[in-house]
Amino acid sequence: MSISQAEGADVGGPSLSRAVAEEEIRVAQRRRLLLVAQVAVGVVFLLAWQLAAGPLIDPFFFSSPYEIGAKLVDWIRRGELFDHLFYTMYAMLMGFVIGGLAGFVVGFLFGRYDALATIFDPYITAFYSLPKIALAPLFIMWFGIGIESKIAMAAIIVFFLVFLNTYSGVRDVSAVHLNAARIMGAKEWQLLRIVIAPSAAAWVLAGLKVSIPYALIGAVVGEFMSSNRGIGFKIAQASSTFDTAGAFAGLFVLAIVGILLSAIIKAAERRILRWRS
Amino acid sequence: MSIQVEAVAKRFVRNRREVLAIDNLSLEIESGEFIALVGPSGCGKSTLLNMIAGILDCTAGRIVQDGQEVRGVNTRVGYMTQADSLLPWRSAEANVWLPLEIRHVSRQQRAERTKALLEMVNLSGFGKHFPNELSGGMRKRVALAQVLAYDPGTLLMDEPFGALDAQLKLVMQDELMKLWERTRKTVVFVTHDLAEAITLADRVVVFTGRPGRIKLIEKITLPRPRDVFRVRFQPGFQEVFERLWQALEGEIRKGEAL
Repeated sequence: MSISQAEGADVGGPSLSRAVAEEEIRVAQRRRLLLVAQVAVGVVFLLAWQLAAGPLIDPFFFSSPYEIGAKLVDWIRRGELFDHLFYTMYAMLMGFVIGGLAGFVVGFLFGRYDALATIFDPYITAFYSLPKIALAPLFIMWFGIGIESKIAMAAIIVFFLVFLNTYSGVRDVSAVHLNAARIMGAKEWQLLRIVIAPSAAAWVLAGLKVSIPYALIGAVVGEFMSSNRGIGFKIAQASSTFDTAGAFAGLFVLAIVGILLSAIIKAAERRILRWRS
Repeated sequence: MSIQVEAVAKRFVRNRREVLAIDNLSLEIESGEFIALVGPSGCGKSTLLNMIAGILDCTAGRIVQDGQEVRGVNTRVGYMTQADSLLPWRSAEANVWLPLEIRHVSRQQRAERTKALLEMVNLSGFGKHFPNELSGGMRKRVALAQVLAYDPGTLLMDEPFGALDAQLKLVMQDELMKLWERTRKTVVFVTHDLAEAITLADRVVVFTGRPGRIKLIEKITLPRPRDVFRVRFQPGFQEVFERLWQALEGEIRKGEAL
């Protein structure tokens, strides 16, 4: 893009390119500095924790970074970390996909058909205000203690978030754009692909982004309640045997998963919403 | 590509009040004619365009294009709205070929036609840019290229150059004029700029204030092809301008008094 911009008549000649290069160097330097600061905060925190564990705080309740690291290495050696991680991730991702798809479809329909939204509004509101966690016992009854109940937990939470965002996004589609496409000959089903979906994409992606930690919550809560697999199970088991290092190790793994998934969505967002720059 | 507007009326109900935007309006637009609509703001010019485009339906009367009544969205016209109707998430070229994509034209043909159109509106090299990376004038030119991509016989233009500065406006008028000389499409052009209307049109229609009716139709006999930069200095331009302004001024003052 920068190349074709430089060709444009309204952008200055070659004298600009040095200024551009200098500006880019400045931006890169700043980014590097911020990255160093980010890493420093983490390192200082872990060091302080390590040094305080023992003299200042009771390692029995708070463990220490070294012990947690040792625990993780131990889990990896015994090959159980990835087994549990895979289980939790699978439940979470399946819930994410099922809840996200259902939320998108329902949100789209409600956004397009006003009457539908009005009719169902009080019921959706009532259901939405329920703490979804309270459904977990029911889900275990319906879907058993296997992975299905964890998927259902994650899906129901993700559903509402994606549904509400898609609904707002579809309502937000500009009538000018819709009419323009119609006059150009677009059929109703073409409008979805050409106007509605790309226009609502920002909203839907925002919904997906906030859903990730919630999908994780759904899956882990399901594992807390009844399971013999998954990171949630590992944390619950460690806590009940006063193995604080184990509990922290589980939390650490969940945090890493959250960061990675958020990064993926952010990258997708940058690509899909490139036009907003 | 003739259009008959037959005793059309449009009534809106807004905030429990009835507004008659257009009342008993009849107008015959010939095939290949460039017709300009002027009038005080709120006189229903844009409403009439929306009705020809089929976005709004008539409360009374009917609109017939080429012997076929307009019912529902009219896909036989190209419509350049006042508001920016380019899709912001599509690059300039993807916007231009949108109507071709809708018609399932092959990728290669799309690209070729788009290249030619962007060249025509002097935007070669800007195809990959997104609308928010282009200036207001460039966006209008992309919108024009888009409307021309599927070659509708009739163009509806609602103050297409209203937001542009005076110089750019002249450049755009010049491009439109050359294009029209070449293609002789039917053009219905709404503007609040009387000089623009006289410069471009075969006939200028002056609307009354709300409810919109036709106050005066003036045939512009200035010779063609017209040079948009100099036509205002030609003999006859001033007289026409004054006659139209007199008709228009009364309507505008009436509106101010309300």
